[in-house]
Amino acid sequence: MIDILSRMIRTGIVTETLPPPNAPSPLVEGLQRDLRKILGRALCIRHVDAGSCNGCELEIQALNNPYYNLEGIGIKFVASPRHADLLLVTGPVSANMEEALKRTLEAVPDPKLVVAVGDCGSCGGVFGSNYANRGAVANVIPVHRTVAGCPPNPAAILEAIRSVFVEA
Amino acid sequence: MVSRGSAINWVINMTMDLSGQATQELWSNLPCMHIKVGALRWHQDAEALQAAGGRLLTLWGADDRDRDGRFRIYAVYLLKEGVAVFEHAMDQGAKPTYPSLAEIFPCALHMERAVHDLVGIASMEPDHRGWLRHGGWPQTVFPLRRDFDGKTQFSNDSQPYEFVQVEGDGVHEIAVGPVHAGTIEPGHFRFSVVGEKVLRLEERLGYTHKGVSKRFEEMSQLEGHRLAARLSGDSAVAFSWAYCAALEAITQTNCPPRAANLRALAVEHERLANHLGDLGALGNDAGFAFGLTQFSRMKEDLLRVNTSAFGARYLFDFVQPGGVAADLPEDAPRLLEAHYRMLEEGVSCLRSIYDSHAGLQDRFREAGVLKQELAERLGAIGLAGRASGVPVDLRVDYPCSPYDRLEPRLVTQSTGDVAARVQVRFDEIFESLRLCRMLLEDSASGPIHTDCPFAAPGRLGLGLIEAWRGPVVIALESGPDGTIRRCHAHDPSWQNWPLLEYAILGNIVPDFPLINKSFNLSYSGHDG
Repeated sequence: MIDILSRMIRTGIVTETLPPPNAPSPLVEGLQRDLRKILGRALCIRHVDAGSCNGCELEIQALNNPYYNLEGIGIKFVASPRHADLLLVTGPVSANMEEALKRTLEAVPDPKLVVAVGDCGSCGGVFGSNYANRGAVANVIPVHRTVAGCPPNPAAILEAIRSVFVEA
Repeated sequence: MVSRGSAINWVINMTMDLSGQATQELWSNLPCMHIKVGALRWHQDAEALQAAGGRLLTLWGADDRDRDGRFRIYAVYLLKEGVAVFEHAMDQGAKPTYPSLAEIFPCALHMERAVHDLVGIASMEPDHRGWLRHGGWPQTVFPLRRDFDGKTQFSNDSQPYEFVQVEGDGVHEIAVGPVHAGTIEPGHFRFSVVGEKVLRLEERLGYTHKGVSKRFEEMSQLEGHRLAARLSGDSAVAFSWAYCAALEAITQTNCPPRAANLRALAVEHERLANHLGDLGALGNDAGFAFGLTQFSRMKEDLLRVNTSAFGARYLFDFVQPGGVAADLPEDAPRLLEAHYRMLEEGVSCLRSIYDSHAGLQDRFREAGVLKQELAERLGAIGLAGRASGVPVDLRVDYPCSPYDRLEPRLVTQSTGDVAARVQVRFDEIFESLRLCRMLLEDSASGPIHTDCPFAAPGRLGLGLIEAWRGPVVIALESGPDGTIRRCHAHDPSWQNWPLLEYAILGNIVPDFPLINKSFNLSYSGHDG
């Protein structure tokens, strides 16, 4: 126990405001404010991998590390689409995931928002559309916002989540 | 090209009596032989190789009807002395078939089903349920045939999948996936349970099949590495390196020593990042959130150091044909050394916390046990294999440049439980840090890139690299004018997914996430 506590104290709090100083207003604070205004409480996200290479997942997972500390600002990844406000979809929508993606969207209560993450989700990426892929997520379900990048970094994903609410 | 000496002799001795059959060296970054056999020998040699301790690495089919009217099936074996590629050209007939290897190498079963879905050649094995084909394209369409246009789209027509039923008092099924309760990839697990105890697990994969092999055929040889890097995002460096190794072998391009060093440095960073992430997630799955916080912080630190040293958090396009994209900036060695010191201190501290935490060890030990004998029989490979005492690591067994100078140490454990897979990760982190330091100290300066020409048409080359999960393979066959005729990519998850079906037996359902995480296999790399 002593080891654990001493490690915690030595590590300190590493959560940071994003992006670094040159931006006009700290992203995390702005995000928190916007979300509170719109939602009143918090935001629940359901992630769906629709054929991604797993690169985008790694960066989405990074949002939960102490630097970005997503839960600390009231954003939570949930286990069921029925608990979600927003779907975060990755991948060039493989034919084998098309049905599962549509059903997941159906299960999200209205009003529902969709953010397509990564080059694949935005436009099909390096895989494109072919016999096995439908290409962009927007080819399969309505998309409110896309984040380019292969993979996009966590700050870019965070910014997309914020802006989808500002625009919505 | 690597000098081949004993490997050649060994394989030739073994296949001595193949009268008139061609045996020759194959272009590769490892010692590699190419043997053409008929249907009988296809099966017999597999038996002989299995008896001699050989392992089946990968299997793929090719449609060569435009060339000589035949379909071909290839098998790659890992032997003590090197790699052997067996090729069997099927006689023309209404339905091309070949003898199944699944009885000899159980891991061949899924691969054979995938070959059938894509190329339409069937093994003589009775299980013909679609593996990669779920209904996204008709049963009569085989995407990797040359007369099929890859851009064709079909509407989904999915049929129910027949899982094996378990019957008995109180037995019920739990269906999980393809959409999982977390930020992870899609796949389906069907558990048959009594109470909480798992009687049987059947996996169904293929959800992320993206038609990668067909996509390769639309690309130039000099851009294929970009696609290879995206087979499995967590093994981007290893896959792009394997692709480049195959291309450099068939074009006889020598990657400059400095570039080889940087490739190895990048692949070791990839190993470190994944191991750090997994150790955190394993702690979390056992109810120890402190572990996740600490390890995910260290992983983020490493990714940020990657940005300073390599220019990106994840090194998708760092390895390129003929070398690497960029050299390290001048201050990188100092920065990296400081980071390694910090990482070493942090991981040592957390290891002693993990090792002495009773609650954590209680969850880790004797969970998801895979004994060595079963692991060997099933063809376990890579990290999961080493945790069950299967001593295979390409970096150690067949060191290609720069590993030949580094003398990597093999890390194994014998218990085959979650705890063993955790320990292998800890040990490999320290070993990777040692290798990274040696790579930094190695002052080899010089060019980081050399021009890679197009390969002459009809050449087959193999690239094999030990990724953090295990060996990845790229088999590349060149077409005319810098095109790719056929490219097959293989992730070690093909071997290791079936292990999970055994490791979970007798465990309770709530331990599945922990056991699954301890293997952390790739869906995308497997589905292609």
